[in-house]
Amino acid sequence: MRTLANIFQLGVKELRTLLRDPAMLLLIVYAFSLSIYSSATAMPEALHRATIAIVDEDRSPASQRLIDGFQAPYFLSPVLTGHADMDEGMDEGRYTFTLDIPPGFQHDLLDGDTVTIQLNVDATQISQAFTGAGYIQEIVNDEVATFLAGHDPDGASAVQAVVRMVYNPNLDPAWFGAVNEVINQITMLSIILTGAALIREREHGTIEHLLVMPVSPFEIMTAKVWSMGLVVLIASAFALRVVVEIGLQVPIAGSVILFLFGAMLHLFATTSMGIFFGTVARSMPQLGLLIILTLIPLQVLSGGTTPRESMPELIQNIMLAAPTTHFVMLGQSILFRGAGLSIVWPQLLALVAIGAVFFLFALSRLRKSLG
Amino acid sequence: MTEDSAARLHEVGLKYARTVALADVTLDIPARQMVGLIGPDGVGKSSLLALIAGARRLQRGHIEVLGGDIADGEHRRLAGPRIAYMPQGLGKNLYPTLTVRENLEFFARLFGQDHDERERRIVDLTRSTGLADFTERPVGKLSGGMKQKLGLCCALIHDPDLLILDEPTTGVDPLSRSQFWELITRIRQQRPRMSVLVATAYMDEAQRFDWLVAMNDGQVLDTGSPRALLERTRCTTLEEAFIQLLPEERRRGHRQLAIPPRPANDEIAIEAHGLTKRFGDFTAVDHVDFRIERGEIFGFLGSNGCGKSTTMKMLTGLLPFEEGEARLFGQPVDPQDIETRRRVGYMSQAFSLYSELSVGQNLDLHARLFHLPDDDYRLRRQELLSRFDLESVIDELPGRLPLGVRQRLSLAVAILHRPEILILDEPTSGVDPIARDNFWAQLVTMSREDGVTIFISTHFMNEAMRCDRISLMHAGRVLASDTPRALMEDHGGDTLEEAFIAYLREASQAPQEPDDEGPAGPPTIVTATAAAPPPRFSRRRLFSYARRESMELRRDPVRATLALAGTLLLMFIVGYGISMDVEDLSFAVLDRDQTTTSQHYILDLAGSRYFSEKPPLQSYDELDERLRNGNISLAVEIPPDFGRDLKRGDSPQVAYWIDGAMPNRASTIRGYVQGIHGDYLRELSRGSSTPSSGQVDIALRYRYNPDVQSLPAMVPAVIPLLLMMIPAMLTALGVVREKELGSITNFYVTPVTRLEFLIGKQLPYVALGMINFLLLVLLSILVFDVPIKGNPFTLALGALLYVMCATGLGFLISALFNSQIAAIFGTAIGTLVPAIQFSGMLHPVSSMEGASAVIGQLYPTSHFLIISRGVFSKALGLTELYPYFLALLATIPVLSLLSLVGLRKQEA
Repeated sequence: MRTLANIFQLGVKELRTLLRDPAMLLLIVYAFSLSIYSSATAMPEALHRATIAIVDEDRSPASQRLIDGFQAPYFLSPVLTGHADMDEGMDEGRYTFTLDIPPGFQHDLLDGDTVTIQLNVDATQISQAFTGAGYIQEIVNDEVATFLAGHDPDGASAVQAVVRMVYNPNLDPAWFGAVNEVINQITMLSIILTGAALIREREHGTIEHLLVMPVSPFEIMTAKVWSMGLVVLIASAFALRVVVEIGLQVPIAGSVILFLFGAMLHLFATTSMGIFFGTVARSMPQLGLLIILTLIPLQVLSGGTTPRESMPELIQNIMLAAPTTHFVMLGQSILFRGAGLSIVWPQLLALVAIGAVFFLFALSRLRKSLG
Repeated sequence: MTEDSAARLHEVGLKYARTVALADVTLDIPARQMVGLIGPDGVGKSSLLALIAGARRLQRGHIEVLGGDIADGEHRRLAGPRIAYMPQGLGKNLYPTLTVRENLEFFARLFGQDHDERERRIVDLTRSTGLADFTERPVGKLSGGMKQKLGLCCALIHDPDLLILDEPTTGVDPLSRSQFWELITRIRQQRPRMSVLVATAYMDEAQRFDWLVAMNDGQVLDTGSPRALLERTRCTTLEEAFIQLLPEERRRGHRQLAIPPRPANDEIAIEAHGLTKRFGDFTAVDHVDFRIERGEIFGFLGSNGCGKSTTMKMLTGLLPFEEGEARLFGQPVDPQDIETRRRVGYMSQAFSLYSELSVGQNLDLHARLFHLPDDDYRLRRQELLSRFDLESVIDELPGRLPLGVRQRLSLAVAILHRPEILILDEPTSGVDPIARDNFWAQLVTMSREDGVTIFISTHFMNEAMRCDRISLMHAGRVLASDTPRALMEDHGGDTLEEAFIAYLREASQAPQEPDDEGPAGPPTIVTATAAAPPPRFSRRRLFSYARRESMELRRDPVRATLALAGTLLLMFIVGYGISMDVEDLSFAVLDRDQTTTSQHYILDLAGSRYFSEKPPLQSYDELDERLRNGNISLAVEIPPDFGRDLKRGDSPQVAYWIDGAMPNRASTIRGYVQGIHGDYLRELSRGSSTPSSGQVDIALRYRYNPDVQSLPAMVPAVIPLLLMMIPAMLTALGVVREKELGSITNFYVTPVTRLEFLIGKQLPYVALGMINFLLLVLLSILVFDVPIKGNPFTLALGALLYVMCATGLGFLISALFNSQIAAIFGTAIGTLVPAIQFSGMLHPVSSMEGASAVIGQLYPTSHFLIISRGVFSKALGLTELYPYFLALLATIPVLSLLSLVGLRKQEA
């Protein structure tokens, strides 16, 4: 009973402290509003305004048809050029794609021959190289097919592939960007808030003061975990409802309550991590560097940035120990695919287990560092 | 020097936000004298000194120092070398990780001294201050007294005509204090034309000065020699005189403190036997014994760092101890025992309440943590508020209150739960005489009326005299314990201070302590070479800063390691983790045809390295569920009669469902699917005998990275990212740290110029950035197997320019922030987002629109990214890449100019 009261009082104290720190508050507000908004809208679609140059050696209606096929917003209008400039332009990074239409293109096509078109892709532009090449192939095939269809009405495809996107029909990157950013901010803020709260207590000497009072490290830690967790939880609920759903018009498929419940379990783990960093770092700069060095791997490798299945097996397995991996899976399942409890329970269970281990570990570190 | 005044102040006013620090001060400070500033805390003494030193910007009025206007930058430049300023705080302007010698060398270089002159002065100064044996010791490991002496040496390294000392002896033990003043006296004998201006809280020190300025509330109360002040106020001691000078309302209620005798009580409250604490091989507390009776006021005296605080912490259970035993009320001290904590109140040396909670909230929080019943607490709160005179400030934040009031609050909190033992660690350091007297009145009441045992440490002798008994502590051991009178008689001193010093001298006969009357004598100061004005730009000053910064960096292994190892770690993670080749995508088939034709169609998909097939689907429900729980990211449905329709030429439709949750992955899947489907069609038509129409074959060539592996594409992109983030962060913190910790004052008051400071601070981080670059390149060649196709030196040149941009950006950010944590956030936001999102790392700059496009075109990462990719993957050289080099080259002066505008040579 006493313990509960102490945890409550200390937590209220944390909230009051946060209220007095306008810079921190501003940061929280920024992280859950503008930052989400900007990363959702700043991320161009996979293929957006790609640069393409075309060497048209045929100058026929067929080749013109091809050139007209490349349109905004996927492509900037194609630059017609010669061989020399084509190479130079690729070297300088002016063109990501170049297409070389050979002489006799139309003639050979109509003759029923197979014509080879050369497509060069600047592979250093990784994000566009793949998708762009796919698009271009599609466009070339389509345009050629329509061109030939005009001359040969029977030319329908033997099999048609009908591709449908589920959960995000137009592949609007803002949907993904926004939700992913919410998940990232939850992780970042919970770690920073608890870690900084502990370092601040140490730098101001107040932790010493707490320890001469009838208060245990367990109470001190639990108080920080619940109060900072609550702040982040409220902020993320706001971000989902107001910024993501209303501001960015992203439809949320599943239950926000279930997601927030998952977020709560996730926060249990990340706030414990924050406490742990607070016990390891000796000063704010060290905490800052430490946080950057952990946050980046957590964000990059947990499956939110690139799909997990493309990572080396070893990294996939290591990252199973990180709460973010499970939280990203859970978040994507619930928010995009409308998954319910029956589907996400393994992730919830994993979060509880990881959280419990982190909490106990951080607590023993805290006990040691205070003792 | 012919001036009669060291400084002339005319109607000087200074405001911080809403509080008035100085109100129309007009003052004429005589030259060639020892002038003291006395007054309570927070009355504007420090502000006044900072203004005279030129460290703080003048807001109102006029100050003439050494015959020129201090508000005039040109005069400050010329007169600066003749002024020395030592700010408040133990060694606040020194660099704790540097040794004594390195600190002195840094200051000497700033004043343009060459090697021989530097050596001569350092030897002189260290010998005469007794620091000669400690020149190789890091400043952080010096005692407070030694730090103050070193601060003085650093101030004296350039023969100033005006020496400004802000509370040089606060928190310093009596022995060190007396040595400090002896030193000043000797130096003044050597340099009679030097004026000394000192602020002090010790009235016994002020007694010895030539001329005094008494201040209160931003105003000058009186000036004159100590004798004149005493005569005017008809007092015998300066302390009383000062109280007399205060306005009526501050004096009210103050009376001479009388301590009633203590009723005998032989119950032992605190007891220690052979208490010992070691930190590594350093013994902080060495077999300490004492017994304190219930209700006794027990004083603890000793030099700085002698183990007083450590002993107190062990008694409260905050620190475990190695040997001996400690008992409170006969019970052994047990840190786990929550119950004894209720009986003890502790007040640590530094203010340790929550500065973000108001006075009332602090009291409430502590009451609740001690679980005081509500009714009881209401009364107690009222009682404490009136007893400590806190009612008027109940809603104020402690940080905005004067030190004396804060100490009263700390005491109120410490006794809130009616402890039987009170442990107070230097509760009155830096508190003015009246506040101290009030504080003691409270202690006496508690001891005599409530029977509270009080264990208190102090540097003030008049406070020690009020204790029932005192212990003298030195180097971890208790030298003597008795009543103050008995100790004085023992050593035949007239005052406790003399007795104390005698004890200390006796105890420190050990050879490692310096002997002040050593053979060296006072520094032999050579008359300054005819005051040549300091040059406008000096390489020596610039390198002095660069040298010091790199030394500090070397001495902070954690920062350097995190910076170097951190980048490598991140490179690994990003190199392996950010993979753009999407492989092993899981898919499943709902085959409603189940013919060889349909299976043949699927074979193409299953055989691709991009896809891995999962068990087939049986129904739409299953398709839905497995997509939903992420088991598969692609579902293929083959309609019934697929084979038959195909043969008939009916164009059957195969449906693909792609999980669109990750748009990038989804569009990649779409690309693959269309490719594979197209292959199938071509194969089909080749199989049929009559090629009815022409075909296009697209010869796809991925240039620069033919296998389209992620690694060769990512490595040249990650290097620019890392080289931006880390150097910018370190530079920003390097400057903001100086602001937060106080050593920025050296920049304000020494001849170093803004440009020298800017370049000097950045050089070490540029060097570190280049080491980082080298490591990253080696990593990519040796570990990732990504070779540099072009000329490595071209890349290195680009990296150098780029790192200079990065540190320049960090410096610019540092001009905006005053706290380290804000600087971390600021740098993270200012580097990560533009470098990752807008600079073409993931998406080409040409695909950006609006603000992101503008940022992308200006941000240095965009340029270096092109250079890095060009040299790494495309074997390009300077002839092709020169525009980007020029862009980087142009960025550096722009960033520097902006930084110079934001950098102030005085505190605002």
